[in-house]
Amino acid sequence: MSDAQEQIEVNPLDTLASVISSEASSHINRISNDYGELTLHTTGDDIVALMRFLRDDNRTQFVSFIDVCGVDYPGNEKRFEVVYHLLSPKHNTRVRIKLSTDEGTPIPSITAIYPGADWFEREAYDMYGILFTGHPDLRRILTDYGFDGHPLRKDFPLTGYVEVRYDDEAKRVVYEPVELRQEFRDFDYESPWEGVDYILPGDEKGNV
Amino acid sequence: MAVEKLAGIEVPRRGQLIRVLYSEIGRILSHLLNITTQAMDVGALTPPLWGFEEREKLMIFYERVCGARLHAAYFRPGGVHQDLPDGLLDDINDWCDPFLKVVDDIDQLLTDNRIFKQRNVDIGIVSLDDAWAWGFSGVMVRGSGAAWDLRKSQPYECYDEMEFDIPVGKNCDNYDRYLIRMEEMRQSVRIMKQCITKMREPEGQGPISSTDGKVVPPKRDEMKRSMEALIHHFKLYTEGDKVPEGEVYCSVEAPKGEFGVFLVSDGSNKPYRCKLRAPGYAHLQAMDFMCRGHLLADVSAILGSLDIVFGEVDR
Repeated sequence: MSDAQEQIEVNPLDTLASVISSEASSHINRISNDYGELTLHTTGDDIVALMRFLRDDNRTQFVSFIDVCGVDYPGNEKRFEVVYHLLSPKHNTRVRIKLSTDEGTPIPSITAIYPGADWFEREAYDMYGILFTGHPDLRRILTDYGFDGHPLRKDFPLTGYVEVRYDDEAKRVVYEPVELRQEFRDFDYESPWEGVDYILPGDEKGNV
Repeated sequence: MAVEKLAGIEVPRRGQLIRVLYSEIGRILSHLLNITTQAMDVGALTPPLWGFEEREKLMIFYERVCGARLHAAYFRPGGVHQDLPDGLLDDINDWCDPFLKVVDDIDQLLTDNRIFKQRNVDIGIVSLDDAWAWGFSGVMVRGSGAAWDLRKSQPYECYDEMEFDIPVGKNCDNYDRYLIRMEEMRQSVRIMKQCITKMREPEGQGPISSTDGKVVPPKRDEMKRSMEALIHHFKLYTEGDKVPEGEVYCSVEAPKGEFGVFLVSDGSNKPYRCKLRAPGYAHLQAMDFMCRGHLLADVSAILGSLDIVFGEVDR
């Protein structure tokens, strides 16, 4: 283990940031460093070139693929953020790469560089509807056959649209639209008493 | 841990030691499950019977500390939920040495077993470059020859003061990964013993979770007597923790590989986005390329050595 520890040299994030900004500045909009984690902001057009640089350059060597996921900000003009995480075992550093897109704009897939991104991109597509071009097999992965919608979008209802039960007469599992026995209650935990405005019978008299 | 990183909470030493102790118990639980069922996948029935007996004992340790046997929500932001009950530390200590004997028994049963070797040696070879590019972690990269363990390379909790070795494979096949898991169980016992010794020292005493009332709810008897504690209790159980705005990625060396949490907080009491990066998800997608050129019967051996648990894959 001792050789391995010698092999892992701690590369301060600032050095890394300067290397990346000098070598790949054309691919990056902005670099930020919060909570000891380096974040590169880029665009869909540059992502493949940037990834290739990060993997192949001797000073970065982010050979290990960690994660791709989406984040939904419905308020933004481009509502989705795609977040990539990479790891450089040689330099013992991590990096995060972010880019924005919307429902209609596909972004290039990075499966050609990191084959492991395959299922993670499929998950992002499944959960958010983010489209990836050049992906070998962009199908849904975690949701049910014939599922409609993208469940992790902020505008997807928490109860979903359909419910599943076993029908004893049909002798099979059937799908039905969700039927709520009581109105869906959205609890506001910010403050226990200034929460949701429940309208109780008789409340309308207060306004008279 | 991601919450702690965002909120800047420091976990007291005893809390860290308990966490490490229970992480290692969890590691042994997972490796026992994997090794023995992998043996079952290739046709041996005895190892699961032997291994599950020990698993049962370990699950009782979990149960005694928090009531749950498998899905323990025992680690809380700021520390752990409760201190160990009296006598538990002694029982864990007494368990360690006999367990090493059981590991040796399983070792004898499998390591030189002709059938087990025939089914596993040179099966499911992954080169190190492939392993990184496919997002492998944990035993899967160590089996391919990288001395990479987050407990050593990016230490969290108090792993930096523990002494343990990282076994590394060189043949990149199923059998190497099996050997690594066997050795890791022995190393885990070593770490557990160190934890127990450290917890018995004076420095190992003290609070088990952060004493900041804004983060960790107070004890029940304290709540009955102190107004301050009552307010904290009420606020924490109605609103929950408010986590400062920001984004962090935190990862630990789970038994199966790198388990990461990407947490986006908007400053409220609910996570805006919480992505769990499960190692099994990355490993399972490699089945296709690992099984190329193998026989159908090898699929189960490869699946076993990937250490797949489906609850983790689809989260």
